[in-house]
Amino acid sequence: MRVGVVTFPGSLDDVDAQRAATIAGHDVVPLWHGDATLSGVDAVILPGGFSYGDYLRCGAISRFSPVMGPLVDAATDGMPVLGICNGFQVLCESHLLPGALVRNDHQRFVCRDQRLEIRNAATPWTASYEPGQQVVVPLKNGEGSYVADTATLDALENEGRVVATYVGPNPNGSLRAIAGITNTAGNVVGLMPHPEHAVEDLCGPGTDGLGFFTSLTALAAAL
Amino acid sequence: MVRVVVDVMPKPEILDPQGKAVSGALVRLGFAGVADVRQGKRFELELEADEGDGLSADRLAEVEQMAATLLSNPVIEDYRVRVEQGADA
Repeated sequence: MRVGVVTFPGSLDDVDAQRAATIAGHDVVPLWHGDATLSGVDAVILPGGFSYGDYLRCGAISRFSPVMGPLVDAATDGMPVLGICNGFQVLCESHLLPGALVRNDHQRFVCRDQRLEIRNAATPWTASYEPGQQVVVPLKNGEGSYVADTATLDALENEGRVVATYVGPNPNGSLRAIAGITNTAGNVVGLMPHPEHAVEDLCGPGTDGLGFFTSLTALAAAL
Repeated sequence: MVRVVVDVMPKPEILDPQGKAVSGALVRLGFAGVADVRQGKRFELELEADEGDGLSADRLAEVEQMAATLLSNPVIEDYRVRVEQGADA
């Protein structure tokens, strides 16, 4: 598939996301935040980093960048979109996903290999996994604490829209240990940890993260 | 010009780790009686005045919209808009 990776000013992990998508067998199309086009891609990844220096609130300014117009339209029409870390924050600020990400409860930046449990393996980004499967991928954030009101949290859990949870001690204070969620339609996924840093044996904690990128084709093949 | 101030505060039910850290530091400095601190943001907008020297209801509604759209995230923050009198003409 043709997978677009958006680069915002301050994106850090766009090249790793491109590399992960390439290793997963996709044709990667770099997208620029300032261009109001998705160049006909089949799916989009919003990468991690500190877009616009995290000014105002993380993702608050990126949300209004030109590329987000067509992206919100495409996501609403069902295009698979994955937001990782800062990308997750952008998706929440855009209201494509509910809730928000706030400063870690312990006030410190966290950087570690993190065990996750895949709770929803039916999305275009998690279909390569089994429900309940545990994976280890890097986690690195300062404002990764997922918050939402109780009704939203209940709805996310009851509708199976919690995509992944943290296993073990909660690394950032996220409510209900939520590491990733999806929208009602299941095509938009936001994830705080970084699967794109765990796709090769040479570096990172292993290759557990690759499934997030192979899932696109796994799902297409299953249809 | 009219100065409009928008105060943005974390919602009461949202944990405010920064406020907590400030609160802890105040206590460590020996300031007694600090029960709680919450940290927010203050925006000062200099707006061109409408006829007369104030802002019309429409303009004020526009500021509300700025506050709700960009300056705050209604999921986690409350905002308050007020016109500050005595801004430089």
